[in-house]
Amino acid sequence: MESTAHAFKANVDHALADPNLQDSLAKLKVGFSERRRQAAERLPEFEALRDRARDIKNHTLAHLDFYLEEFERKVVGLGGHVHWAPTAADARRIIAELCQSVNARTVAKSKSMVAEEIALNEHLEALGIAPIETDLGEYIIQLRNEPPSHIIAPAVHLTKDQVADTFLEHHAKLGFDKRLTERNDLVAEARYVLRQKFLDADVGLTGANFLVAETGSSMLVTNEGNADLSNTLPRMHIVLASIEKVIPTLEDAAVLLRVLARSATGQESSAYTTLNTGPKRPGDLDGPDQYHVVLLDNGRSSVLGTEMQDILRCIRCGACMNHCPVYGAVGGHAYGWVYPGPMGAVLTPQLVGVEEASNLPNASTFCGRCESVCPVRIPLPKLMRHWREREFEKHLTPKAVRQGLAMWSFVARRPALYRRLTAIANRALALFGRADGRYGSLPLASGWTRFRDFPAPQAGGTFHARWAKRKA
Amino acid sequence: MPSSRPRRVALFVTCLVDLFRPSVGFAAVKLLEEAGCTVEVPPLQTCCGQPAYNTGDRATTRAIAAQVIDAFEGYDAVVAPSGSCGGMLSHHYPGLFDDDPSMKIRAENLAGRSYELISFLVDVLGVRNVAARYDGSATYHDSCSGLRELGVKAQPRNLLGSVKGLELREMKTPEVCCGFGGTFCVKYPEISNAMVGEKSADIAATGADTLLAGDLGCLMNMAGKLQREGSAVRVRHVAEVLADMGDLPAIGEPERS
Repeated sequence: MESTAHAFKANVDHALADPNLQDSLAKLKVGFSERRRQAAERLPEFEALRDRARDIKNHTLAHLDFYLEEFERKVVGLGGHVHWAPTAADARRIIAELCQSVNARTVAKSKSMVAEEIALNEHLEALGIAPIETDLGEYIIQLRNEPPSHIIAPAVHLTKDQVADTFLEHHAKLGFDKRLTERNDLVAEARYVLRQKFLDADVGLTGANFLVAETGSSMLVTNEGNADLSNTLPRMHIVLASIEKVIPTLEDAAVLLRVLARSATGQESSAYTTLNTGPKRPGDLDGPDQYHVVLLDNGRSSVLGTEMQDILRCIRCGACMNHCPVYGAVGGHAYGWVYPGPMGAVLTPQLVGVEEASNLPNASTFCGRCESVCPVRIPLPKLMRHWREREFEKHLTPKAVRQGLAMWSFVARRPALYRRLTAIANRALALFGRADGRYGSLPLASGWTRFRDFPAPQAGGTFHARWAKRKA
Repeated sequence: MPSSRPRRVALFVTCLVDLFRPSVGFAAVKLLEEAGCTVEVPPLQTCCGQPAYNTGDRATTRAIAAQVIDAFEGYDAVVAPSGSCGGMLSHHYPGLFDDDPSMKIRAENLAGRSYELISFLVDVLGVRNVAARYDGSATYHDSCSGLRELGVKAQPRNLLGSVKGLELREMKTPEVCCGFGGTFCVKYPEISNAMVGEKSADIAATGADTLLAGDLGCLMNMAGKLQREGSAVRVRHVAEVLADMGDLPAIGEPERS
């Protein structure tokens, strides 16, 4: 996916002026957080499970090479294949070659953000292979030729009416020429259209929520069952997963599953949890003849051992964006790439470059709500601050900000001077119209006064000036 | 008073209170003195360093933190009428000196005796009620750092419960950020405006005539938005109401002549 993260501010203007998006976000903000809160409250050990989930991921990251090799050994032992893809281009090439090896014309895909990350659909289409998204949300945005706006609810930016229009436009030629208004009818129509595509697909491509080293299994959770059709019906199943998805054992998976669905949607468990363990065995009624796992690095291994390592714990639940007031104001597309919200503000600069994504870690009030709900306790504000530090070191911080900060810092480090200047500022601000108690506009503060009045200082001087008088 | 109670307390005024609303500082002094503390205001303080810290300027942040550590040496407790500045001292300073063991020890020492005002009164000094009157209804906004870093949530509500004449009305989402975020509000004014617009709607829906919070930055942001919208809601720092100084002109209101 082509990044527009550099155009964050323009993206924001666009998002704030989009009434459909604002309608959708208003619902998202209330729904997800309330359901997550209730799910957490219903499980007394939820906080302890978050600690365990964090510890499992930390342990795995400390021994990532070991568990990846163990996972590979198990997959090969089952008759499957593991392909190591250092870059996005490598992963695209490997998957294309696999598809071409079985003369695939269509690929049934279940939702995979890693596939978005490597821009797989565009690559396959260029080779004459049709990727078919089978997750309802992904299917909708594929029809609309839009990127996902949320990692677990890719079409969450759309209203029901927009979906109805999209279906009418694309399904009329299949005989569905009535515009639907009911949610269930829309789902039923998509289900009917997609069912034939599953049966036609030559290759099924899925992501993975977890890769279990002890068994060589890939684990997927969905609410639609589409992943199960993607990986059982076609002859070849390709799992595309990034390297940090590996975990040691099934027991670890059980802990992570308990925090994943609750954090994501407030469900105790997703409707479908599927383990894929190798290709079809003799005697199996169904399953793919070929089973391939493509392990993508794409810059992740370079995060290991750095101050950013904690982001590799992320299990992609989406809770951080569901609770983020910035995401709630502008939605996912404004972030300009695959991963939006707080986790995206940390991961995107790593994957597309901090120059391209410099706005993302800055566009946060550090309110900390993301960290407070993260199931693996990633200190997201701290990691965003680390990016700001790297930007400052690289002189990427805007010049006006740097100059303002330098002036402020010169004064703030000299208390006597600071005292004199704040007294002057206090008097100067008073001259601007203390009679009203506030200012409708102020020089050098248009960012504030465009939308807000600015309160005037109280009469009688600064606190320190008045305190000195009181003590005298 | 038990001998273990901190008696010699240093007030960390905060730069916004110093410049814009000294009454918050005096309210803090009054509340602390009434709780039996001797309050001093170390003269070598300026700011806690968050503008530099949150812009990624670690060198400047360390320099300012070192200055604060020097200025507040030796006091039993350091108290700020702000969860944001209090959290900076108590939760963020030690991490600035990971490569400087002697400074780290001093930063940890300061962190261990630094507090946000209201939680200090309730959790450390055991204050359960105040002698104050405020005729009206108020809604309380939980400022982010105080809430999530310092666990300030019940303490202000409990003390406000003892204010005569005051009725508390909760917002639907008192814990959602108001969109201030320090320099965020001028670096991303459109996003900040969307956030504070939602907050002002939540405030208005309570029907309360007063908005209270424990951080002046958030209060100035919300007051500015409410007043731009023509709202009659009065905005005050919670310490002012608790210190029975609720009759002062509210934030953004003209001085009475």
